[in-house]
Amino acid sequence: MSEPDRDVSQGEALDREFLQRDRGLHPPPLTPDYKTSVLRSPHRALISLQSSLSEVTGPVFGHGELGPLDNDLIRNYARDGEPIGERILVHGLVRDENGRGVPHTLVEFWQANAGGRYRHRNDRYLAPIDPNFGGCGRALTDAQGYYYFRTIKPGPYPWRNFLNSWRPAHIHFSVFGSGFAQRLITQMYFEGDPLIWRDPMVLGIPDRAAAERLIAPLDLAAALPLDMLAYRFDIVLRGRQQTLFENKLQGN
Amino acid sequence: MVQPLPDRLRETASQTAGPYVHIGLIPHQAGFDIFETTFSNVLVTPATRGERIRIEGRVFDGADEPVRDVLVEIWQANAAGRYNHPADRQQAKPIDESFRGWGRTGSDFETGIWQFETIKPGPVDGRKGHRPMAPHISLWIAARGINIGLQTRLYFADEADANAADPVLNLIEQRSRRETLLARREERDVPTYVLDIRLQGPQETVFFDV
Repeated sequence: MSEPDRDVSQGEALDREFLQRDRGLHPPPLTPDYKTSVLRSPHRALISLQSSLSEVTGPVFGHGELGPLDNDLIRNYARDGEPIGERILVHGLVRDENGRGVPHTLVEFWQANAGGRYRHRNDRYLAPIDPNFGGCGRALTDAQGYYYFRTIKPGPYPWRNFLNSWRPAHIHFSVFGSGFAQRLITQMYFEGDPLIWRDPMVLGIPDRAAAERLIAPLDLAAALPLDMLAYRFDIVLRGRQQTLFENKLQGN
Repeated sequence: MVQPLPDRLRETASQTAGPYVHIGLIPHQAGFDIFETTFSNVLVTPATRGERIRIEGRVFDGADEPVRDVLVEIWQANAAGRYNHPADRQQAKPIDESFRGWGRTGSDFETGIWQFETIKPGPVDGRKGHRPMAPHISLWIAARGINIGLQTRLYFADEADANAADPVLNLIEQRSRRETLLARREERDVPTYVLDIRLQGPQETVFFDV
Protein backbone atom coordinates (compact mmCIF):
# COMPACT_ATOMS: atom_id res chain seq x y z
CA MET A 1 0.00 0.00 0.00
CA SER A 2 1.29 3.45 -0.82
CA GLU A 3 -0.64 4.96 2.06
CA PRO A 4 0.72 4.12 5.51
CA ASP A 5 -1.41 1.56 7.29
CA ARG A 6 -2.11 3.80 10.25
CA ASP A 7 -4.26 2.58 13.07
CA VAL A 8 -6.52 5.47 13.88
CA SER A 9 -9.49 3.91 15.51
CA GLN A 10 -12.54 5.97 14.69
CA GLY A 11 -13.83 7.59 11.56
CA GLU A 12 -16.84 9.86 11.65
CA ALA A 13 -18.88 7.20 9.95
CA LEU A 14 -17.82 4.48 12.39
CA ASP A 15 -18.95 5.09 15.94
CA ARG A 16 -19.04 1.61 17.39
CA GLU A 17 -16.86 -1.44 17.29
CA PHE A 18 -17.45 -4.95 18.49
CA LEU A 19 -15.49 -6.60 21.24
CA GLN A 20 -13.39 -9.41 19.92
CA ARG A 21 -15.23 -12.71 19.87
CA ASP A 22 -13.88 -15.04 22.58
CA ARG A 23 -13.44 -18.17 20.49
CA GLY A 24 -12.69 -20.16 23.62
CA LEU A 25 -16.41 -20.01 24.36
CA HIS A 26 -17.34 -21.51 21.02
CA PRO A 27 -16.75 -24.96 19.58
CA PRO A 28 -13.66 -24.87 17.35
CA PRO A 29 -14.21 -25.69 13.67
CA LEU A 30 -12.82 -29.22 14.07
CA THR A 31 -14.55 -31.41 16.68
CA PRO A 32 -13.80 -34.93 15.36
CA ASP A 33 -16.47 -36.71 17.44
CA TYR A 34 -18.96 -34.68 15.42
CA LYS A 35 -17.87 -36.45 12.26
CA THR A 36 -19.19 -34.05 9.63
CA SER A 37 -16.91 -31.32 11.04
CA VAL A 38 -13.82 -33.23 9.88
CA LEU A 39 -14.14 -32.30 6.18
CA ARG A 40 -16.01 -29.03 6.74
CA SER A 41 -13.54 -27.25 9.05
CA PRO A 42 -10.99 -24.76 7.72
CA HIS A 43 -7.41 -25.79 8.51
CA ARG A 44 -5.90 -22.33 8.22
CA ALA A 45 -6.07 -19.55 10.76
CA LEU A 46 -8.82 -16.94 10.51
CA ILE A 47 -7.64 -13.46 9.48
CA SER A 48 -8.54 -11.01 12.24
CA LEU A 49 -10.20 -7.76 11.18
CA GLN A 50 -10.95 -4.63 13.13
CA SER A 51 -14.52 -3.52 12.66
CA SER A 52 -15.33 -1.56 9.53
CA LEU A 53 -18.71 -0.31 8.39
CA SER A 54 -19.21 -3.70 6.75
CA GLU A 55 -19.18 -5.41 10.15
CA VAL A 56 -20.95 -2.91 12.42
CA THR A 57 -23.95 -2.62 10.12
CA GLY A 58 -26.46 -5.35 9.38
CA PRO A 59 -29.96 -5.94 8.10
CA VAL A 60 -32.89 -4.22 9.79
CA PHE A 61 -36.24 -6.02 9.94
CA GLY A 62 -39.67 -4.54 10.58
CA HIS A 63 -42.83 -5.74 12.27
CA GLY A 64 -44.66 -5.58 8.96
CA GLU A 65 -42.61 -8.51 7.70
CA LEU A 66 -43.90 -10.92 10.35
CA GLY A 67 -47.33 -12.50 10.45
CA PRO A 68 -49.45 -12.53 13.63
CA LEU A 69 -48.90 -16.26 14.23
CA ASP A 70 -45.21 -16.36 13.39
CA ASN A 71 -44.26 -16.82 17.06
CA ASP A 72 -46.97 -19.41 17.79
CA LEU A 73 -45.87 -22.85 16.61
CA ILE A 74 -48.98 -24.38 18.19
CA ARG A 75 -51.18 -22.55 15.71
CA ASN A 76 -49.05 -21.42 12.77
CA TYR A 77 -49.33 -24.73 10.90
CA ALA A 78 -52.56 -26.07 12.47
CA ARG A 79 -54.73 -27.77 9.84
CA ASP A 80 -57.51 -29.73 11.52
CA GLY A 81 -56.50 -29.41 15.16
CA GLU A 82 -53.56 -28.67 17.40
CA PRO A 83 -50.21 -30.49 17.39
CA ILE A 84 -49.59 -33.38 19.78
CA GLY A 85 -47.04 -32.91 22.56
CA GLU A 86 -46.03 -30.93 25.63
CA ARG A 87 -47.24 -27.36 25.30
CA ILE A 88 -44.52 -24.92 26.34
CA LEU A 89 -43.65 -21.25 26.32
CA VAL A 90 -40.03 -20.39 25.49
CA HIS A 91 -38.98 -16.87 26.38
CA GLY A 92 -36.01 -14.75 27.32
CA LEU A 93 -33.89 -11.70 26.74
CA VAL A 94 -31.44 -11.02 23.95
CA ARG A 95 -28.68 -8.83 25.41
CA ASP A 96 -25.15 -7.95 24.44
CA GLU A 97 -22.09 -8.62 26.58
CA ASN A 98 -22.44 -5.16 28.09
CA GLY A 99 -25.81 -6.25 29.45
CA ARG A 100 -27.83 -4.01 27.17
CA GLY A 101 -30.98 -5.42 25.64
CA VAL A 102 -30.82 -5.83 21.87
CA PRO A 103 -34.10 -4.26 20.70
CA HIS A 104 -36.11 -5.03 17.56
CA THR A 105 -33.81 -7.79 16.39
CA LEU A 106 -34.94 -10.86 14.50
CA VAL A 107 -34.93 -14.20 16.34
CA GLU A 108 -35.81 -17.30 14.31
CA PHE A 109 -36.26 -20.82 15.64
CA TRP A 110 -36.88 -24.30 14.23
CA GLN A 111 -37.26 -27.76 15.70
CA ALA A 112 -38.52 -31.32 15.36
CA ASN A 113 -42.00 -32.35 16.52
CA ALA A 114 -42.81 -34.20 19.75
CA GLY A 115 -41.58 -37.47 18.23
CA GLY A 116 -38.27 -36.08 16.98
CA ARG A 117 -39.32 -35.85 13.32
CA TYR A 118 -38.51 -32.78 11.23
CA ARG A 119 -40.80 -31.49 8.50
CA HIS A 120 -38.00 -31.56 5.93
CA ARG A 121 -37.73 -33.45 2.66
CA ASN A 122 -34.40 -34.95 3.72
CA ASP A 123 -35.55 -36.31 7.13
CA ARG A 124 -36.51 -39.97 6.79
CA TYR A 125 -36.73 -40.96 10.47
CA LEU A 126 -39.55 -43.45 10.98
CA ALA A 127 -41.36 -41.34 13.61
CA PRO A 128 -44.37 -39.71 11.92
CA ILE A 129 -44.93 -36.13 10.79
CA ASP A 130 -47.52 -34.28 12.88
CA PRO A 131 -50.07 -32.91 10.40
CA ASN A 132 -50.62 -29.85 12.58
CA PHE A 133 -47.03 -28.93 13.27
CA GLY A 134 -44.63 -27.09 10.97
CA GLY A 135 -41.76 -26.55 13.38
CA CYS A 136 -40.58 -23.03 12.73
CA GLY A 137 -41.26 -19.52 13.92
CA ARG A 138 -39.76 -16.10 14.39
CA ALA A 139 -40.12 -13.00 16.50
CA LEU A 140 -38.71 -9.51 16.82
CA THR A 141 -37.44 -8.61 20.27
CA ASP A 142 -39.21 -5.70 21.96
CA ALA A 143 -37.58 -2.45 23.07
CA GLN A 144 -35.92 -4.26 26.02
CA GLY A 145 -34.69 -7.21 23.97
CA TYR A 146 -37.41 -9.63 25.13
CA TYR A 147 -38.86 -12.38 22.91
CA TYR A 148 -41.24 -15.27 23.42
CA PHE A 149 -42.93 -18.05 21.49
CA ARG A 150 -45.34 -20.91 22.10
CA THR A 151 -44.52 -24.39 20.87
CA ILE A 152 -44.46 -28.15 21.51
CA LYS A 153 -41.44 -29.58 23.30
CA PRO A 154 -39.38 -31.40 20.64
CA GLY A 155 -38.38 -35.06 21.02
CA PRO A 156 -34.87 -36.48 20.74
CA TYR A 157 -33.96 -38.11 17.46
CA PRO A 158 -31.31 -40.49 16.14
CA TRP A 159 -28.66 -39.40 13.67
CA ARG A 160 -25.94 -41.10 11.68
CA ASN A 161 -22.81 -40.15 13.61
CA PHE A 162 -21.93 -43.03 15.88
CA LEU A 163 -24.09 -46.12 15.41
CA ASN A 164 -26.29 -45.20 18.37
CA SER A 165 -26.18 -41.39 18.45
CA TRP A 166 -29.24 -39.46 19.66
CA ARG A 167 -29.58 -35.72 19.76
CA PRO A 168 -30.96 -34.30 23.00
CA ALA A 169 -34.25 -32.43 22.67
CA HIS A 170 -33.31 -29.04 21.27
CA ILE A 171 -34.56 -25.95 19.49
CA HIS A 172 -32.35 -24.22 16.91
CA PHE A 173 -32.03 -20.43 17.20
CA SER A 174 -30.82 -17.85 14.69
CA VAL A 175 -30.19 -14.29 15.90
CA PHE A 176 -29.04 -11.17 14.07
CA GLY A 177 -28.18 -8.36 16.49
CA SER A 178 -27.43 -4.86 15.25
CA GLY A 179 -24.36 -5.65 13.12
CA PHE A 180 -23.54 -8.49 10.75
CA ALA A 181 -20.57 -9.45 12.95
CA GLN A 182 -23.03 -10.44 15.71
CA ARG A 183 -24.72 -13.06 13.54
CA LEU A 184 -25.20 -16.24 15.55
CA ILE A 185 -26.82 -19.64 15.20
CA THR A 186 -27.07 -21.85 18.27
CA GLN A 187 -29.19 -24.53 19.92
CA MET A 188 -31.20 -24.51 23.14
CA TYR A 189 -31.38 -27.63 25.30
CA PHE A 190 -33.78 -28.53 28.11
CA GLU A 191 -32.93 -28.79 31.81
CA GLY A 192 -32.44 -32.30 33.05
CA ASP A 193 -32.10 -34.09 29.70
CA PRO A 194 -29.66 -37.03 30.20
CA LEU A 195 -28.69 -36.94 26.51
CA ILE A 196 -27.09 -33.49 26.76
CA TRP A 197 -23.71 -34.58 28.12
CA ARG A 198 -23.47 -37.43 25.62
CA ASP A 199 -23.90 -35.12 22.64
CA PRO A 200 -20.78 -34.38 20.55
CA MET A 201 -22.14 -30.95 19.59
CA VAL A 202 -22.50 -29.91 23.22
CA LEU A 203 -19.24 -31.60 24.17
CA GLY A 204 -17.50 -29.72 21.34
CA ILE A 205 -17.81 -26.53 23.39
CA PRO A 206 -14.48 -26.26 25.24
CA ASP A 207 -15.85 -24.13 28.10
CA ARG A 208 -18.16 -26.12 30.37
CA ALA A 209 -19.93 -23.02 31.68
CA ALA A 210 -20.58 -21.83 28.12
CA ALA A 211 -22.13 -25.21 27.31
CA GLU A 212 -24.30 -25.04 30.45
CA ARG A 213 -25.61 -21.65 29.33
CA LEU A 214 -27.27 -23.39 26.37
CA ILE A 215 -29.51 -25.33 28.76
CA ALA A 216 -32.83 -23.62 29.42
CA PRO A 217 -34.18 -24.03 32.96
CA LEU A 218 -37.78 -24.88 33.66
CA ASP A 219 -39.48 -21.57 34.51
CA LEU A 220 -42.58 -22.42 36.55
CA ALA A 221 -43.24 -18.77 37.32
CA ALA A 222 -43.87 -18.14 33.63
CA ALA A 223 -46.00 -21.27 33.12
CA LEU A 224 -49.71 -20.86 32.47
CA PRO A 225 -51.58 -23.12 34.95
CA LEU A 226 -53.65 -25.86 33.31
CA ASP A 227 -52.28 -24.80 29.91
CA MET A 228 -48.52 -24.87 29.35
CA LEU A 229 -45.11 -25.08 31.02
CA ALA A 230 -42.35 -22.57 30.35
CA TYR A 231 -38.60 -22.57 29.73
CA ARG A 232 -36.34 -19.53 29.94
CA PHE A 233 -33.58 -19.04 27.36
CA ASP A 234 -31.50 -15.85 27.48
CA ILE A 235 -29.16 -15.12 24.58
CA VAL A 236 -26.02 -12.97 24.72
CA LEU A 237 -24.57 -11.41 21.58
CA ARG A 238 -21.19 -9.76 21.25
CA GLY A 239 -20.81 -6.44 23.01
CA ARG A 240 -19.49 -3.18 21.74
CA GLN A 241 -16.28 -1.58 22.80
CA GLN A 242 -16.79 1.36 25.11
CA THR A 243 -13.70 3.44 25.59
CA LEU A 244 -13.38 6.85 27.13
CA PHE A 245 -11.48 8.15 24.14
CA GLU A 246 -14.03 7.18 21.58
CA ASN A 247 -17.12 8.34 23.36
CA LYS A 248 -16.06 11.19 25.60
CA LEU A 249 -12.78 12.90 24.85
CA GLN A 250 -13.25 13.16 21.11
CA GLY A 251 -16.84 14.24 21.57
CA ASN A 252 -19.55 14.19 18.94
CA MET B 1 -5.33 -9.36 45.06
CA VAL B 2 -6.67 -6.63 42.81
CA GLN B 3 -10.11 -5.22 42.51
CA PRO B 4 -12.34 -7.44 40.40
CA LEU B 5 -13.56 -6.04 37.10
CA PRO B 6 -17.28 -5.50 36.86
CA ASP B 7 -19.09 -8.56 35.58
CA ARG B 8 -19.58 -8.81 31.88
CA LEU B 9 -21.94 -11.23 30.20
CA ARG B 10 -20.39 -13.86 28.00
CA GLU B 11 -21.48 -14.48 24.44
CA THR B 12 -23.81 -17.41 23.85
CA ALA B 13 -21.90 -20.33 22.35
CA SER B 14 -22.45 -21.15 18.70
CA GLN B 15 -23.78 -24.50 17.57
CA THR B 16 -24.07 -25.93 14.08
CA ALA B 17 -27.11 -24.98 12.02
CA GLY B 18 -27.54 -28.69 11.24
CA PRO B 19 -28.88 -30.35 8.08
CA TYR B 20 -32.42 -29.02 8.49
CA VAL B 21 -31.59 -25.31 8.75
CA HIS B 22 -33.99 -24.77 5.85
CA ILE B 23 -37.02 -25.47 8.05
CA GLY B 24 -36.46 -22.35 10.05
CA LEU B 25 -34.76 -20.06 7.58
CA ILE B 26 -35.92 -21.19 4.10
CA PRO B 27 -39.08 -23.28 4.75
CA HIS B 28 -40.09 -23.62 1.09
CA GLN B 29 -36.78 -25.38 0.41
CA ALA B 30 -37.51 -27.80 3.26
CA GLY B 31 -40.72 -28.59 1.40
CA PHE B 32 -43.51 -26.48 2.91
CA ASP B 33 -44.90 -22.97 3.09
CA ILE B 34 -45.78 -21.40 6.41
CA PHE B 35 -45.06 -17.65 6.55
CA GLU B 36 -46.92 -14.87 4.76
CA THR B 37 -43.61 -13.27 3.86
CA THR B 38 -40.33 -15.07 3.38
CA PHE B 39 -36.79 -13.91 2.92
CA SER B 40 -35.06 -14.77 -0.32
CA ASN B 41 -32.01 -14.51 -2.53
CA VAL B 42 -33.46 -11.64 -4.59
CA LEU B 43 -32.27 -8.32 -3.16
CA VAL B 44 -33.52 -6.08 -5.94
CA THR B 45 -36.87 -4.58 -6.83
CA PRO B 46 -37.58 -2.64 -10.04
CA ALA B 47 -36.87 0.57 -8.10
CA THR B 48 -33.43 -0.46 -6.86
CA ARG B 49 -30.60 1.66 -8.26
CA GLY B 50 -27.44 0.11 -9.68
CA GLU B 51 -26.11 -2.48 -12.06
CA ARG B 52 -28.02 -5.78 -11.85
CA ILE B 53 -25.72 -8.71 -11.28
CA ARG B 54 -25.98 -12.31 -10.19
CA ILE B 55 -23.49 -13.83 -7.81
CA GLU B 56 -23.13 -17.57 -7.85
CA GLY B 57 -20.93 -20.33 -6.57
CA ARG B 58 -20.56 -23.55 -4.71
CA VAL B 59 -19.04 -24.45 -1.36
CA PHE B 60 -16.63 -27.41 -1.41
CA ASP B 61 -15.58 -29.60 1.51
CA GLY B 62 -12.14 -31.04 2.20
CA ALA B 63 -12.83 -33.96 -0.18
CA ASP B 64 -13.67 -31.51 -2.99
CA GLU B 65 -17.36 -32.43 -2.89
CA PRO B 66 -19.94 -29.65 -3.09
CA VAL B 67 -21.72 -28.96 0.18
CA ARG B 68 -25.36 -29.42 -0.75
CA ASP B 69 -26.98 -28.32 2.50
CA VAL B 70 -25.26 -24.98 3.07
CA LEU B 71 -26.97 -21.73 4.06
CA VAL B 72 -25.47 -18.57 2.57
CA GLU B 73 -26.35 -15.03 3.65
CA ILE B 74 -24.98 -11.85 2.12
CA TRP B 75 -24.75 -8.25 3.37
CA GLN B 76 -23.70 -5.38 1.14
CA ALA B 77 -23.84 -1.65 0.54
CA ASN B 78 -25.95 -0.07 -2.18
CA ALA B 79 -24.70 1.15 -5.56
CA ALA B 80 -23.44 4.36 -3.94
CA GLY B 81 -21.48 2.45 -1.31
CA ARG B 82 -23.76 3.12 1.67
CA TYR B 83 -25.31 0.57 4.01
CA ASN B 84 -29.01 0.79 4.82
CA HIS B 85 -28.33 0.94 8.57
CA PRO B 86 -28.26 3.77 11.13
CA ALA B 87 -24.61 3.16 12.03
CA ASP B 88 -23.56 4.14 8.51
CA ARG B 89 -22.99 7.90 8.62
CA GLN B 90 -21.48 8.37 5.16
CA GLN B 91 -23.73 11.39 4.69
CA ALA B 92 -22.51 12.24 1.19
CA LYS B 93 -23.85 8.95 -0.17
CA PRO B 94 -27.61 8.47 -0.54
CA ILE B 95 -29.54 5.62 1.08
CA ASP B 96 -31.52 3.59 -1.44
CA GLU B 97 -34.86 2.93 0.25
CA SER B 98 -35.56 0.07 -2.13
CA PHE B 99 -32.43 -1.85 -1.17
CA ARG B 100 -32.02 -3.53 2.23
CA GLY B 101 -28.72 -5.11 1.26
CA TRP B 102 -29.33 -8.52 2.80
CA GLY B 103 -30.42 -11.86 1.41
CA ARG B 104 -30.25 -15.57 2.15
CA THR B 105 -30.40 -18.78 0.21
CA GLY B 106 -29.63 -22.48 0.45
CA SER B 107 -27.47 -24.34 -2.02
CA ASP B 108 -29.31 -26.64 -4.42
CA PHE B 109 -29.71 -30.13 -2.91
CA GLU B 110 -28.43 -31.71 -6.16
CA THR B 111 -25.83 -29.36 -7.62
CA GLY B 112 -24.73 -27.42 -4.53
CA ILE B 113 -25.04 -24.14 -6.45
CA TRP B 114 -26.12 -21.00 -4.58
CA GLN B 115 -27.13 -17.73 -6.28
CA PHE B 116 -28.23 -14.19 -5.46
CA GLU B 117 -29.83 -11.56 -7.68
CA THR B 118 -28.44 -8.23 -6.52
CA ILE B 119 -26.62 -5.09 -7.60
CA LYS B 120 -22.94 -4.34 -7.68
CA PRO B 121 -22.09 -2.39 -4.51
CA GLY B 122 -20.14 0.86 -4.52
CA PRO B 123 -16.96 1.37 -2.49
CA VAL B 124 -17.41 1.94 1.25
CA ASP B 125 -15.21 4.16 3.44
CA GLY B 126 -12.48 2.30 5.26
CA ARG B 127 -11.48 2.93 8.85
CA LYS B 128 -10.18 6.42 9.49
CA GLY B 129 -6.78 6.84 7.91
CA HIS B 130 -7.34 3.95 5.53
CA ARG B 131 -8.21 3.82 1.87
CA PRO B 132 -11.80 3.20 0.84
CA MET B 133 -12.66 -0.47 0.72
CA ALA B 134 -12.97 -1.97 -2.75
CA PRO B 135 -16.51 -3.00 -3.69
CA HIS B 136 -17.28 -6.19 -1.81
CA ILE B 137 -20.09 -8.32 -0.44
CA SER B 138 -19.88 -9.91 3.01
CA LEU B 139 -20.83 -13.60 3.09
CA TRP B 140 -21.80 -15.68 6.08
CA ILE B 141 -22.14 -19.43 5.70
CA ALA B 142 -23.59 -22.01 8.03
CA ALA B 143 -24.23 -25.71 7.56
CA ARG B 144 -24.18 -29.16 9.09
CA GLY B 145 -20.60 -29.78 10.19
CA ILE B 146 -19.80 -26.07 10.57
CA ASN B 147 -19.71 -25.35 14.30
CA ILE B 148 -19.55 -21.58 14.04
CA GLY B 149 -20.65 -19.52 11.03
CA LEU B 150 -17.86 -18.64 8.62
CA GLN B 151 -17.37 -15.02 7.53
CA THR B 152 -15.76 -14.18 4.23
CA ARG B 153 -15.94 -11.53 1.51
CA LEU B 154 -16.60 -11.58 -2.22
CA TYR B 155 -14.55 -9.07 -4.22
CA PHE B 156 -14.87 -8.46 -7.95
CA ALA B 157 -11.95 -9.61 -10.12
CA ASP B 158 -12.62 -6.78 -12.60
CA GLU B 159 -11.91 -4.14 -9.91
CA ALA B 160 -8.17 -4.75 -9.97
CA ASP B 161 -7.07 -1.23 -9.00
CA ALA B 162 -9.50 -0.93 -6.12
CA ASN B 163 -8.66 -4.44 -4.94
CA ALA B 164 -4.95 -3.64 -4.97
CA ALA B 165 -5.59 -0.77 -2.54
CA ASP B 166 -8.19 -2.54 -0.37
CA PRO B 167 -7.21 -2.35 3.31
CA VAL B 168 -8.70 -5.78 4.11
CA LEU B 169 -7.22 -7.73 1.20
CA ASN B 170 -3.88 -6.18 2.11
CA LEU B 171 -4.07 -7.73 5.57
CA ILE B 172 -3.80 -11.19 4.01
CA GLU B 173 -0.09 -11.90 4.15
CA GLN B 174 0.09 -14.48 1.36
CA ARG B 175 -0.86 -12.74 -1.88
CA SER B 176 -1.98 -15.99 -3.48
CA ARG B 177 -4.62 -16.38 -0.77
CA ARG B 178 -6.19 -13.01 -1.69
CA GLU B 179 -7.28 -14.57 -4.97
CA THR B 180 -9.61 -16.94 -3.14
CA LEU B 181 -11.91 -13.94 -2.56
CA LEU B 182 -12.06 -12.73 -6.17
CA ALA B 183 -15.22 -13.54 -8.15
CA ARG B 184 -14.76 -13.73 -11.92
CA ARG B 185 -17.25 -12.05 -14.23
CA GLU B 186 -19.14 -14.09 -16.83
CA GLU B 187 -21.43 -12.44 -19.39
CA ARG B 188 -24.69 -14.39 -19.28
CA ASP B 189 -28.35 -13.29 -19.42
CA VAL B 190 -27.41 -11.25 -16.34
CA PRO B 191 -23.74 -10.46 -15.70
CA THR B 192 -22.70 -13.17 -13.25
CA TYR B 193 -19.83 -13.17 -10.80
CA VAL B 194 -18.75 -16.68 -9.83
CA LEU B 195 -17.04 -17.45 -6.54
CA ASP B 196 -16.39 -20.96 -5.28
CA ILE B 197 -15.66 -21.32 -1.59
CA ARG B 198 -13.32 -24.05 -0.39
CA LEU B 199 -13.65 -24.94 3.27
CA GLN B 200 -10.41 -26.90 3.47
CA GLY B 201 -7.35 -27.81 1.43
CA PRO B 202 -4.71 -26.18 -0.77
CA GLN B 203 -7.07 -23.56 -2.22
CA GLU B 204 -8.81 -22.91 1.11
CA THR B 205 -10.86 -19.70 1.09
CA VAL B 206 -9.79 -16.93 3.46
CA PHE B 207 -12.17 -16.68 6.41
CA PHE B 208 -12.21 -13.74 8.78
CA ASP B 209 -12.51 -13.27 12.51
CA VAL B 210 -14.48 -10.04 12.23
